[in-house]
Amino acid sequence: MRITVDGVEWRVEPGEILSAALLARGRRALRVSPRRGAPRGAFCMMGICQECAVTVDGRIRRACVTMVRDGMVVTLQGAGPAAAPRPGAARS
Amino acid sequence: MSGPIRHAVDLAVLGAGPAGGAAALAASRAGLSVALIDENPDAGGQVWRKPVRPAARAATAEPGDALRADLAASGITLLYGRTVWSVGASLDLDMIDAESGRWERVSAGRLVAAGGAHERVVPFPGWTLPGVVGLAGATILLKSHGIAPGRRVLVAGCGPLLFAVAAGLAGAGVEVVGVADLAARSDWLRALPDLLTRPGLLGQGACWMTSLKAAGIPIFFRQALRRAEGATEIARAVIGPVDAHGAPAPGPERTFAVDALCVGHGLVPGSDVTRLLRAPHRFDPLRGGLVPVTDEAGRTGISGLYAVGDGAGLRGAAMAALGGELAGLAAAADAGRLAPDAFAREAERLRRAMARERPFSDRMAGMMRLRPAQVQAIAPETVVCRCEDVTRAEIDAACAAGARDVNQMKQFTRCGMGPCQGRLCGDVAAELLAARVGTREAVGAFTARPPLRPIGFDELMGDFDYADIPIPEPAPL
Repeated sequence: MRITVDGVEWRVEPGEILSAALLARGRRALRVSPRRGAPRGAFCMMGICQECAVTVDGRIRRACVTMVRDGMVVTLQGAGPAAAPRPGAARS
Repeated sequence: MSGPIRHAVDLAVLGAGPAGGAAALAASRAGLSVALIDENPDAGGQVWRKPVRPAARAATAEPGDALRADLAASGITLLYGRTVWSVGASLDLDMIDAESGRWERVSAGRLVAAGGAHERVVPFPGWTLPGVVGLAGATILLKSHGIAPGRRVLVAGCGPLLFAVAAGLAGAGVEVVGVADLAARSDWLRALPDLLTRPGLLGQGACWMTSLKAAGIPIFFRQALRRAEGATEIARAVIGPVDAHGAPAPGPERTFAVDALCVGHGLVPGSDVTRLLRAPHRFDPLRGGLVPVTDEAGRTGISGLYAVGDGAGLRGAAMAALGGELAGLAAAADAGRLAPDAFAREAERLRRAMARERPFSDRMAGMMRLRPAQVQAIAPETVVCRCEDVTRAEIDAACAAGARDVNQMKQFTRCGMGPCQGRLCGDVAAELLAARVGTREAVGAFTARPPLRPIGFDELMGDFDYADIPIPEPAPL
């Protein structure tokens, strides 16, 4: 089956968990933290930490408890310098 | 407006791991109608998780296979893939079906909370970098998904999972640069008599050690992570010596070039449901922290609410299954469906079985318990709350400004206010505060509130429309 990740089509196996599919293809930085804009990736793999939150078909989903589906459209929040911290988030 | 899909049963069991599975089966066999609910696609919990990829499937039967087969044949209402976001005072559970997005409600009047435990990682600089994963998380990747978190990996922390993960990685062809264990070799030797009470599990441990030795993987006893380094992902991990209490000790540091780091410092009971329902809790460091107060059959201080498994205090899978069975039978007895003498006979059998498991279980829990000196050594600039990027210095400042319990500290700093709802930082933050305020009992725990998991507003509202709002007749003038 196929899924789209940030506009690129990937072939994935039925039964794969999205976080594992991302990791297996080298996509480890999944989002940035809202306050510092620091890169984050999947951490607990069991639905607790929320670090692997990505957008799946327009909704925020935890990649580690999301099974891949044919035609799924995944958008990563984008890690790295391009991502700006949340406005007004820097607290003294 | 369409309401929830409703399920009415005698007993709801939340969590389909060893404890919840056993509770559901025991109650069902005693004649109760049971609904078993879990967030994952199948039963087994984390410890008996079902492999999802053919590559990860072992040739031999998995320990969870028997449980899954028994449940499938049981007539129990199996609600897998459900995210429970609220438990009401009448013990009704509200949940979302991940597949369909539908709202469902289970009404039972009796509830067994069997939510299990999650990873504890005592923060160190760089622990938020992508490529740093929990030990339990690494186990899930290896066993369930058949993939490794990296190609060159350091394994660090404490407890038996260290060696399970290192051996699993080596078996998957990954270069394991070393294992850093907070414990000393002598700590493990002292544990041996208790471990010998479970020869099968000890043999499994011996297998891991043999494969580490065969692969030439060095084990650094009484060493801990100093920091992880990297720009957008982990590139290096640095370890150094620690004393018997887990505090940094003088001695040379070692730096490893890695692309992944697996780290864990024991487990924390997931007490969100029992805290949400305001059941009495107590602090038990051997059992992983804050645990609900229960009798031996898992009855909490709330009528009809039972808590079992690692979520009620760390004891491991074998104890969880026995405790779960006892709670399931207690629920049947309390509902008047199992005669008191029959219950007493079964309870005595389970009590004897638990006594056999206890030495091993207690010793393993002890190897994973939090080392307070390790927490006190966290550097000021280190992020403690990952969700909100709150540092140790900010927590200390809140304490200096007058915060006297974790909820006050949360209001001052936003520590624990993010989407994980304090599950990752709660134990360590409470420990930091307790060192200044007095005791863990005094600082308490983050107040649990619905939604227990982040869910979308549209999911919360269902098919609700403005036309559904009942508008009262205007008052006559």
